[in-house]
Amino acid sequence: MKKYEFLEHTADAKFRAYGKSLEEAFSNAAEAMASIIFEEGKVEPKLNKAIQAEGEDLKSLLVKFLGEFIYLLDAEGFAFSRVASLTINKTAGGYRLAAIAKGDKYSDKYEILGDVKAVTYNDMEIREEKGRAWVQVVVDI
Amino acid sequence: MVDEILPKRTQLLQELFEQVPSGVGKGGITKLSKEELLELLEKGSEWSLQNGYGTKEDLLATEESGRMRQADPKMVSERALARGKPQLGTLGAGNHFLEIQKVAEIYDEEAADILGLEAGKVTVMIHCGSRGLGHQIATDYIEHMERKYGYSHLPDRELVNAPLNSELGQRYFKAMCAGMNYAFANRQMIVHWVRQSFEKVMGSAEGMKQVYDVCHNIAKIEDHKIDGETKKICVHRKGATRAYGPGHEDMPERYRTIGQPVLIPGSMGTASYVLLGTKKAEELSFSSSAHGAGRELSRAAAIRQFRGETVARELLAQGIEVKAASWKGIAEEAVPSYKDIDEVIKTTVNAGIGKAVAKLKPIGVVKG
Repeated sequence: MKKYEFLEHTADAKFRAYGKSLEEAFSNAAEAMASIIFEEGKVEPKLNKAIQAEGEDLKSLLVKFLGEFIYLLDAEGFAFSRVASLTINKTAGGYRLAAIAKGDKYSDKYEILGDVKAVTYNDMEIREEKGRAWVQVVVDI
Repeated sequence: MVDEILPKRTQLLQELFEQVPSGVGKGGITKLSKEELLELLEKGSEWSLQNGYGTKEDLLATEESGRMRQADPKMVSERALARGKPQLGTLGAGNHFLEIQKVAEIYDEEAADILGLEAGKVTVMIHCGSRGLGHQIATDYIEHMERKYGYSHLPDRELVNAPLNSELGQRYFKAMCAGMNYAFANRQMIVHWVRQSFEKVMGSAEGMKQVYDVCHNIAKIEDHKIDGETKKICVHRKGATRAYGPGHEDMPERYRTIGQPVLIPGSMGTASYVLLGTKKAEELSFSSSAHGAGRELSRAAAIRQFRGETVARELLAQGIEVKAASWKGIAEEAVPSYKDIDEVIKTTVNAGIGKAVAKLKPIGVVKG
């Protein structure tokens, strides 16, 4: 099963990420976003960073989760490559996500190919059914 | 003049590329303190001027004199500040660029003279904005507005909104104005480095005067006539820029007789235009014009169809040298990716929204 694929979008970047579970689809969505910003597989997964996100529904959880990577890159110079051990739990107010982001300190050896500025709700879809899940995201670039 | 620049073009592009940090993660002034950033968000281009970037003359050719007075930096979140701090003084990637152009054609001699444009002269166009800070402000307030006002009645969750005069609406507006101030200050810094680059390579930057600096993709409070009655309204310009006609008092004094300059950049290989706003635009489009050519091909499709190296070679054959941080970035912005700028201008002029003054052809491009 492929992890993600890009779909046609005139102005921005649109992708679908797949998984056997919602957790896996979310993780692959982060990888898809990394592939817009950096050359695929280029960023070394040397450092770990704990990530937390909360959302009142799954869509806002996904927006917050992916937004975290943009924030880490812009504000802390953390270049991400993939996600490890991602969990999603239901809470009283919605959902809570915890994950480990793997990546490296940003430096000149990592060429920035695309500048992802924001994660949007535009055309967003999240599907989960018997052992399969996928999410669809449009990011502003 | 163009013939003086061409022999030194490669050197000039290299210098601009080094002076103006383009990419993500490579900060301009990383030592900026939080207090300084807050001051900058309040003062816009005035902050830049105080800190040695730009001239008083520049501010006279800037919308709002480079400072949105409604800005309140306290309405900007810590996250937005954290994204904005290391990015100050950077160009950004994607469709942001810095271009050396020649004035290829003049359509209105008198107006061109007032704008300081003359056939054969060289111009520099800078396209960049409030970077991650502005995007974070939008992201933050979209979340606040969702919580407060909901979105279930809207066709798209991104259309979430708040009444302008509500407390939240006002907070968002003041934060957005702070974002505009960041963009004004940012561009003013880049203008300074552009002048320094010219001074170093060409020996002088004298006569490099600012034609106009304006923010697009913003909302502004303006007076407009609706059903014969003048009303104060909030005009959202997304993918658009303001185009006040002659006589409007809310524009730099020097341009009041001719109308507000409207800068419309094309794609890398084509041309950009300088237009002037018209009286008619006030009736037709709340004084708004398109701010660019608009994409026709998705970035993914452009990358599949074009190779950055080939695009750069073809552009060079057409007299345009490109210096970019990545080949992929060049492929994304390849000429066929955009609508025909000449057609966009023709439509704008025929509709009466803008009046053409000059056509600018790129000779050198720096891309993030």
